[in-house]
Amino acid sequence: MSESKVIDARDTFCPGPLMELITYMKQANVGDTLELLSTDKGTASDVPEWINKVGHEMISSEKIDEVWHIKVRKAK
Amino acid sequence: MRILIVGGGTAGTILGNNLARRLSGEIRSGKARITMLSASDKHMYQPGLLYVAFGQMMPDELYRDQASLLESSIDFHVDPVEKFMLDKNRVKTRSGKTHEYDILVIATGSRIVPQEIPGLNEGSETFYSEAGAVKMFKRLREFQGGRVAIVVGVPHKCPIAPVEVTFALHDYFKARGIRDKVHMKYHYPIGRIHTIENVAIWAKPEFDRMGVEYETLFNVKEVDVENKVVRSEEGTETEYDLLISIPPHRGMEVVEEEGLGQGGWIPTDRHQLKMAGHDNVYVLGDTTNLPVSKTGSAAHFEAEVVADNIASMIKIGTPVREYDGKVYCFIETGHDSATYAMFNYANPPDLKSPNKSMHWFKMAYNKMYWTSVRGLL
Repeated sequence: MSESKVIDARDTFCPGPLMELITYMKQANVGDTLELLSTDKGTASDVPEWINKVGHEMISSEKIDEVWHIKVRKAK
Repeated sequence: MRILIVGGGTAGTILGNNLARRLSGEIRSGKARITMLSASDKHMYQPGLLYVAFGQMMPDELYRDQASLLESSIDFHVDPVEKFMLDKNRVKTRSGKTHEYDILVIATGSRIVPQEIPGLNEGSETFYSEAGAVKMFKRLREFQGGRVAIVVGVPHKCPIAPVEVTFALHDYFKARGIRDKVHMKYHYPIGRIHTIENVAIWAKPEFDRMGVEYETLFNVKEVDVENKVVRSEEGTETEYDLLISIPPHRGMEVVEEEGLGQGGWIPTDRHQLKMAGHDNVYVLGDTTNLPVSKTGSAAHFEAEVVADNIASMIKIGTPVREYDGKVYCFIETGHDSATYAMFNYANPPDLKSPNKSMHWFKMAYNKMYWTSVRGLL
């Protein structure tokens, strides 16, 4: 059964939001949904760039109260 | 008040020593007791491994007896915890002993897991262990030229190390007079050459100056040892003659086995450093799941906050500080210059130009660490 997990990477400069997402993606199972929370302005473009290149799935990306909520699904 | 510290690394040792001094009166009168359980009777200065890999330090310089670093009032045992019974405020150790506590601090650290990437153990050199660092140096000494690839596993301890080892390799080959025979290629998991934006902005022209090629969005999938090829999750590959790896890490087995946190990282409140759902359990250093660098520096600053707060809780019934995410990292930029990155949750690092003074400060700190870990600096 697939799971959903929220990764709180707000206010972090190192290791940073994308590195956090990669960490949790490695731990996830195929089909799991991960929601990354980030206050880093680059996240909205950095995450889709990696997700598309590596072959996972973008679900949604929206900014709510200065926090990016980016949902992705592990596809392989 | 029984305070139990599990782990004798940087975080546990600084916490124990700070607490022992702050609570010296309470300990003397029997109102407080500090016990430390560790897996080893030795304490290693892990940042020194980078120097071992380049023949600049000997392995025995990295160690002190753990007992010699601790305040005498700390009850120290080499007896690692194998079972955490958080609902009963007790732990069970390898020897079969049970320790009860009022306050528990978990600071068990992290471990390298190169075996999670096929071929990485057999096919690459790394400086993340004593044996690995010695082996890497011997390999570097024999190396006469060719393609050097640097790859980075996720997550990893000491996030500045990939950049540092690249500078160090450049200087090492240059000093041996073979730099023109070496092609260096650096690979990094995200879309720039370092996760800290200011470090990436600074390092990129430095890599260009040194003639270091780089590929970003490269997460190591496997190493084909026979054909000397490293492949990425993103579908690219690089051929090499010498592969240098920053291995991926996990938290300690006992944390995973006991179900305290996925990947061995324990869910932790980012300001009070308490384990989620447990008011009398603190988590320090690499063991937390916080989006904070896994470094001795973070462990140090976290330990100081928790020492202040445990002591103040005992003395006046309330914590006095919050951890603000502070990290201070030296950045060695070769064999004779360095800079540093200091940041917290709210403020990114403002990188200064590398200089010789900062390098010599780092060399001095390599010795001063033993004062620092005693809680005196």
